[in-house]
Amino acid sequence: MRLANTKTEGNPGNGCCPPVFFMEGEWDTMIASAAKQSTVLKILFSILVPAINVAGHTGIFIFLRDSELNSIVYAVLAILWGVFGVYFMYWSLNWVVELYSDVWRRRIQPFLFVGPAFLLLSWLLLIPTVRTLIMSFQNAASTEFVGFANYAAVFTDRLLITALRNNLLWVVFGATACIVLGLLIAVLADRSSFERTAKVIIFLPMAISFVAAGVIWKFIYYYQPGDEQVGLLNAIVVALGGEPQAWTSMTQPWNNLFLIAILIWMQTGFAMVIFSAALKGVPDDILEAARVDGAGEIRIFFRIIIPFIMTTILSVSTTIVVFTLKIFDVVMIMTGGQYNTDVVATQFYRQLFMYQNNGYGSTLAMILLIAVIPVIVFNLRQIRKQGGF
Amino acid sequence: MRRRSSRAGSKTVVNVVLAVICLIWLIPTVGLFVSSFRPATEILKTGWWTVLPHKENVAKDQIQLPKDTDLRQPIEVNGQTFSDDQLREGVKSADGTTFMWQNRRARTIDVLEPGWIMNTEFTAENYKGVLTGKTYEIKDTDGTVKTKKGNGMSQAFINTLVVSIPATIIPILIATFAAYAFAWLRFPLRKTMFVIVIMLLVVPLQIAMIPILRDYTALGLNGTFLGIWLAHAGFGLPLATYFMYSYISQLPRDLFESAFMDGASNFTIFTRLILPLSVPSIASISIFQFLWVWNDYLVALIFIGNQPDVQVLSMKIADMVGTRGNDWHLLTAAAFVSMLMPLAVFFGLQKYFVRGLLGGSVKG
Repeated sequence: MRLANTKTEGNPGNGCCPPVFFMEGEWDTMIASAAKQSTVLKILFSILVPAINVAGHTGIFIFLRDSELNSIVYAVLAILWGVFGVYFMYWSLNWVVELYSDVWRRRIQPFLFVGPAFLLLSWLLLIPTVRTLIMSFQNAASTEFVGFANYAAVFTDRLLITALRNNLLWVVFGATACIVLGLLIAVLADRSSFERTAKVIIFLPMAISFVAAGVIWKFIYYYQPGDEQVGLLNAIVVALGGEPQAWTSMTQPWNNLFLIAILIWMQTGFAMVIFSAALKGVPDDILEAARVDGAGEIRIFFRIIIPFIMTTILSVSTTIVVFTLKIFDVVMIMTGGQYNTDVVATQFYRQLFMYQNNGYGSTLAMILLIAVIPVIVFNLRQIRKQGGF
Repeated sequence: MRRRSSRAGSKTVVNVVLAVICLIWLIPTVGLFVSSFRPATEILKTGWWTVLPHKENVAKDQIQLPKDTDLRQPIEVNGQTFSDDQLREGVKSADGTTFMWQNRRARTIDVLEPGWIMNTEFTAENYKGVLTGKTYEIKDTDGTVKTKKGNGMSQAFINTLVVSIPATIIPILIATFAAYAFAWLRFPLRKTMFVIVIMLLVVPLQIAMIPILRDYTALGLNGTFLGIWLAHAGFGLPLATYFMYSYISQLPRDLFESAFMDGASNFTIFTRLILPLSVPSIASISIFQFLWVWNDYLVALIFIGNQPDVQVLSMKIADMVGTRGNDWHLLTAAAFVSMLMPLAVFFGLQKYFVRGLLGGSVKG
């Protein structure tokens, strides 16, 4: 890597290079000024540098893929590659672009900056979306087209309908509860004497993984035959004189609510933090004026505060709804989709890996995509409104 | 005057309600934490809340019956007669104490009286078990000893770090370059590209999985660190780009103009000016991406599969839930090990964490 030995002093006032340029030492400045004059050198470097980059990165890629290194050594190499390799790619290609005339440089440079991001996005998100769309019209092995058969199946197959219904339950109960509770707690915290502590406590579950949260709640819902219940929920039920239950497999479809509780526990903090920030933006004088006019706190809340933070409520809602639509980990950990708790994402996994049905899998993925299209439109509008585009 | 007192009263109500909610929110985590330090047999015998002072029958005395007592006959204890079954369950005697077998074979009986106690038996064995994967012994209630093998979580911990760090650095570096171009350079298709980035913000990951899985199989990337870095990099890019864009586009124009006047190139401006100025933003989005990768289960499940030496924490725990669903001493300890990093980040870098959150956490 060249970066290591280019720490020599910058080269002030050499015409081609700005005074603040620190990356280039003597050698490349000289080459650069030579290349600027010679078209042959320009062409040579335009081919050579990208070629070196492609070869180098492919080489590292294959080396990392096939090497059997100790994982820590591997990680260190990967971090070095990630930071210096990616940086070197930008730097070296930019160096070539800087050789061109101003007009061409201005044309090419932006693409150098967005190019890698866009290539990666295209490979990993954009093109796959199109491929999934195509596959959703094909049979299980993606060998021939079947028209809308997969879509018809999704809305008739009992398993798939259950998944759709459960997703609806998740969105209706989970997302609503997160938003309402989040708002409630934000308002309470705003008026309490221990706002910071309360917020940290409510917010804490946001940081941990759904898998860990799954373990936590599985233990709470734990049921064992006999009198002594070590699961908190059953212990409470027994203490109140009730019968212990296996909560996550009992009375379907209401067992879903016990899984949804986990989402509420984790995501309310998110809603609360954002609402809390929005509440601080409600001007005090309006509130004071309303109080002077004799409006009660509840009236103030619904007539002044809610309209004032409506945009925030909308954007938090979309975020949580999108998140809830894609819910996967919780269900996978808690029940694995058994006892009629399957959601679209778990059914997708099942279709893909257990039944090897690419057709159904892709169709389920498309359904998730269709479900978030309103949110995509909403996001675009919001950003346009903010004057971005 | 009356008004003020009602204000103060409502403040108390607010505090109490909020305190109750906080307690409910805190209890699940506390339960996990306490349980992870309790011995294996204790966890299944008594609830974790019994570590708090509570009223329970406590053995005050012991009675030794004659060794040849026939258990099929009514058994005489201190002048009263009970059946074997009654003694097994525990039975109230005349003076209010409870009799219960302490050791049926040795014919000893516990005399129990209600009293305040705390179960304060704690151990670090669970953590040793999950971290080292060494074998450990469980004494069952009936005295038999079972030997079980623990899970090597330390390897999974390292693997998770190996996955998370590059999967954070790579996309954020690439995204910051792109964000700069979107914010300050003018080029054809700029709007189209940016709109695509915004659209991809909420696109569900599932949409991309089958095709990527095919590409990975063709390239030999399944079950490799490299594959999962790239996947996370791709999935993290839209949010990172958008987040960095919203920060970089807010920087004052004068800054760039004076730099351009001095003849600085875009690359120089980016590395010397934009990167240092964006450090707080980069920190926020890095924390976000890092935690997202650290906590991720789906991407790991799909692209790592059951490759044993690349396993990350979330998969290891999910695996344990499936295979040792009742070994709560291991599960709780393992879950807590996986929570260490997020909690450290959360408490250490809360400011950036919240800022990252406010910047938008819509993610596919």
